[in-house]
Amino acid sequence: MTEQSNTKPKGMRPIWYFAGWLLLIIGLIVIGTGLFELVFPPQTKTVLYELHASIWWGGIIAIAGLILSWRTRNMIVE
Amino acid sequence: MRKWVQWLVIGAIVIGNVVCGSKSAGDNTTVSVIPERTPNEFTQSVAAGAIHASTGSSVGTSVIGAGERNDPSQRTGVVESLISLSIADWSILIIYIAFVLGMGFYLKRYTRTDEDFFLAGRKNSAWVAGVAFMSANMGAMEVIGYTGTAVKYGIHCAHFYLIGAVPAMLVLGIFMMPFYYSGRIKSIPGYLKERFDEKTRVFNAFIFSIMMVLVSGISLYLLALIMRAFLGWDWHMSVWVAAGLVALYVSLSGLMSAIFTEVIQFFLIWAGILILPLFGFIDIGGPAEVWARLAEITQGPITGSGSVAAIAPGGYTSLWASTADPGLNPMQMTWMGIVFGLGMTIAFGYWTTDFLIIQRAFSARDLRSARLTPIIGSYFKILLGIVVVSTGIIALALMQDPDSGFQLLARADGSGLPDYDSALPLMMARYFPQGLIGLGITAIVAMLMAGQAGNMSAFAAVWTYDLYQAVFHKDASPAQLVRMGRVATVCGLLLAVAGAYWARTMPTVIDYLQAISSMILAPGVAIILLGMFFKRITPHGAFWGMLVGCGASFGLFLLQQLDVIKPSDITPIENAGFMAANFWRALWAWLIAAGLAIVISIFTARRSDQELEGLVWGLTKVKRDEQVALYHTPTFWAVITLIIFIVLNVLLW
Repeated sequence: MTEQSNTKPKGMRPIWYFAGWLLLIIGLIVIGTGLFELVFPPQTKTVLYELHASIWWGGIIAIAGLILSWRTRNMIVE
Repeated sequence: MRKWVQWLVIGAIVIGNVVCGSKSAGDNTTVSVIPERTPNEFTQSVAAGAIHASTGSSVGTSVIGAGERNDPSQRTGVVESLISLSIADWSILIIYIAFVLGMGFYLKRYTRTDEDFFLAGRKNSAWVAGVAFMSANMGAMEVIGYTGTAVKYGIHCAHFYLIGAVPAMLVLGIFMMPFYYSGRIKSIPGYLKERFDEKTRVFNAFIFSIMMVLVSGISLYLLALIMRAFLGWDWHMSVWVAAGLVALYVSLSGLMSAIFTEVIQFFLIWAGILILPLFGFIDIGGPAEVWARLAEITQGPITGSGSVAAIAPGGYTSLWASTADPGLNPMQMTWMGIVFGLGMTIAFGYWTTDFLIIQRAFSARDLRSARLTPIIGSYFKILLGIVVVSTGIIALALMQDPDSGFQLLARADGSGLPDYDSALPLMMARYFPQGLIGLGITAIVAMLMAGQAGNMSAFAAVWTYDLYQAVFHKDASPAQLVRMGRVATVCGLLLAVAGAYWARTMPTVIDYLQAISSMILAPGVAIILLGMFFKRITPHGAFWGMLVGCGASFGLFLLQQLDVIKPSDITPIENAGFMAANFWRALWAWLIAAGLAIVISIFTARRSDQELEGLVWGLTKVKRDEQVALYHTPTFWAVITLIIFIVLNVLLW
């Protein structure tokens, strides 16, 4: 049932690990954008701009990503 | 060497963005939609959720910058608007694409057998399979389309997430999965071969392949429109680049890379849309205020002919009480069509026989995980319904207040009709500041790309196992199967590109998509359910039932398109619309297929009990989950879903 291959790859990291990293990176970018807009407010603002959603929602995404990647950092899928 | 290829691809994307972005008007953070398009193409771009408005034949366009996009005055007159992207927004999108490609290369080294390529090695946990199962369903057409449906039909859109999904998902997990999940079955046509015969399998594989290519073409078409609308890319180049990206990462690792990207997409979608109803409720003043505004509406949605039907107050807010009579609800349906057409036929056809969805459950590592897969998916389906329906009804409530400045875009065909599918992108544009808007757009692109990958991985598996191996090369080695899977992925995407060009010529793609699904899946589910629960159904009965059922459904659709018959001719409802006709056509196809299969089975020879062992109810030993705690069993979680399902239906009654 196997294809010809001489090298055996190392164990595979779980998808949660990669998803965690992606969420962490995106969350940090969103937070950064929110902080930038806090310091340099745009001329015309979106509805409910005053909630500064980029900061706290970006934070939630980043924390979720951090937890996901941290908890699965040593996990290997056989 | 491999890293060099990765960096070259990523570099090409960045250069593509820069080159195409240079077409943008004004400042370098604004991306312009290319204005010179045909009216037909323009209509479809709006249907895809792109943010445009036009007054039909008028000329002249203007670009609305980031800060201006929520100013209602900017949307009056002749406007072609778009969401502008900042550098941060671009970064999110590029990082996502680079991540997906990187995953394909990473996973290639672990793809060694045909089971790895087509069934992801059958080593996924219930959670991974369940998330991928749900992600395969969460396409952009699903999320954008149903948000628009909620604007159009109010709370009745919840039918698609409740009776149109949950019962079928639970039946799949509890009753059907033990028959599907077996070492010798690798696809739904594969089950039909084991249960009936080769000709039933080949016919089912053939029509499924056609459906996958058509759906994939439409999906690719929408993806290219989004890229064109948001990124300013040329439509033709967008089609080819999108197809190339999907071909690259799916052909590298097959279902494994498709599932990995679906899981990543799953998180991105929730990150991108979960917050939207929260914004809306805060903006309007809470769910009670939204409900109060909807309860007062006494006009149905604007139909294709421009007419508006009067409905009783509460038609937009009651899920079942308003379905006793078609005049009481905006969907103009009765409970019978919803229960039998949507719940029993279309839902079962999609959730229990569409290999695109079930392939994810086949990737689970054991039977318990496979049975849990659709049950875990049902929780996310209900949650998605809450988010999507809430977003849609908030948009509808906003439209009741002229001071909100919120209104749907007009269809650009000059008809002056509202474009319901513009609701989700407009809501994003209204509330999402920079950064979040990039996340929202990335979520939409992710939905489309993952949907495309799902279609292609299912197509490759069915083509390779059920057509190539079954008909052309019975002794193919595993290595040859993997090679054929890669070739099928690339060829399937080339066909999908052709399908995308075909979809470009159609006035409304979403309606046709539903029609295609109901024509192909409804007869299939009739045969599979009969075959699974009654050993008396014979191979000849199954084959002819499926063939005639599909043919009858296609014939009815064709006659309707040629105006030989009206939708009301096949439904018991006067002035029935396209949606009602879809439900009832599916029901007729189901009945014809089932009826014919039963009649022919009476007169033809059935297969012996030994041959049907493990394939039919009563001849299969269903394994009990005796070794695990109650809360780890599929039945336990199915009962919880069922309770939630009943409570939601009663609350929204």
